[in-house]
Amino acid sequence: MIIQVLGSGCPTCKKLFELTKQAVGELGLETDVEYITDIQEIVKMGVMSTPVLAIDGKPVIAGSLPDIKKIKETIKEAIK
Amino acid sequence: MDIFYPLQLLADWLTYNVFNIAPKTLLAGAVDFFINDTIKIFILLSVIIFFVSIVRSYLPPEKIRKVLSHKNKYTGNIVASLLGIITPFCSCSAIPLFLGFVQAGVPLGVTFSFLVASPMINEVALVMLLGLFGWKIALIYIFSGLIISILSGIIIGKMKLENLVEPFVYQNKINGNVDLPKMTRKERIIYARDYTLDILKRVWLYVIIGIGVGAWIHGYVPADFLAQYAGSGKWYAVPLAVLIGIPLYSNAAGVIPLVSALTEKGVSMGTTLAFMMSVTGLSLPEFMILKKVMKTKLIIIFASIVGIGIIFTGYLFNFILR
Repeated sequence: MIIQVLGSGCPTCKKLFELTKQAVGELGLETDVEYITDIQEIVKMGVMSTPVLAIDGKPVIAGSLPDIKKIKETIKEAIK
Repeated sequence: MDIFYPLQLLADWLTYNVFNIAPKTLLAGAVDFFINDTIKIFILLSVIIFFVSIVRSYLPPEKIRKVLSHKNKYTGNIVASLLGIITPFCSCSAIPLFLGFVQAGVPLGVTFSFLVASPMINEVALVMLLGLFGWKIALIYIFSGLIISILSGIIIGKMKLENLVEPFVYQNKINGNVDLPKMTRKERIIYARDYTLDILKRVWLYVIIGIGVGAWIHGYVPADFLAQYAGSGKWYAVPLAVLIGIPLYSNAAGVIPLVSALTEKGVSMGTTLAFMMSVTGLSLPEFMILKKVMKTKLIIIFASIVGIGIIFTGYLFNFILR
């Protein structure tokens, strides 16, 4: 499983990256969280609102900063 | 009846009874004005931004793009400008929006209509106009902004300036048909609440300073003080106002109350409108950032067309609203 956080480098994007790393840690998953700031990569994924949380190349959260509970739920949902 | 009448009563009561300032003095006028306007603006900001955010949660840029890639040229410009109203804009979102639109096949002119409308007609500016100038001026502002963005986009489309976009932009094609995760009603409300709080946090100080200085001008500067310099008879007032507005983008919330007070002192309405449109619609940081995706020449053409549109609007309303 590939977990990516994409953002233009704005504070909200960094916050999502930190929260996602924490969520992955708390869920005990053996995977790294990638942080992508290349805007072309973000746009290629089809989204324009940052920050984005993508799992296996598919955006699952876009344009808002969720709380850690929501991030964990989203990841768990994607593992199933 | 004015729905804000109770606020006026509250402001009067605080000024005369609580702070014990003698009525009909300059100080009383300024304090009364400050209390009334500050409370009114914060109520309007909270309510309107919350409402716009809810609407926006149904129409994110990704969905707007889907709509726009199916429209023909002229309807595309109109729809793009209308959708630009509800989309907030910061210079950090300009590049993803531009790439995302153009690479998914939205025409360049239509993309520009959106890029003009989105910052110019923004919710903070609208609230300030509504609260400080009333709904007529707010409506005039929206309509003029729409017409400028529609026409600028059509003109840029007609000029066929695709060659002035950086080559890499057209080398990458993307599929604009992405399915975004659905939001539940609760998530929409949380999103709108967080967004509203975020905006309030960002602008409150500017609003208070702006209204504070505005209140001082309101109370202490003689009426018609500026008429001889910036009245509607002065031809250079409009272009000058537009030039001064360009570097002030991030401060729209603080600039508008200031301008509102200046209007009472003799700055004519068309000049005021042109100045506010320039503050929101022509932004230096945005131009710098757009250099990543387009040649300087295109940015200059884009800024000139919008600038001329704004100046024209200024003269027009100086003439009509005399």
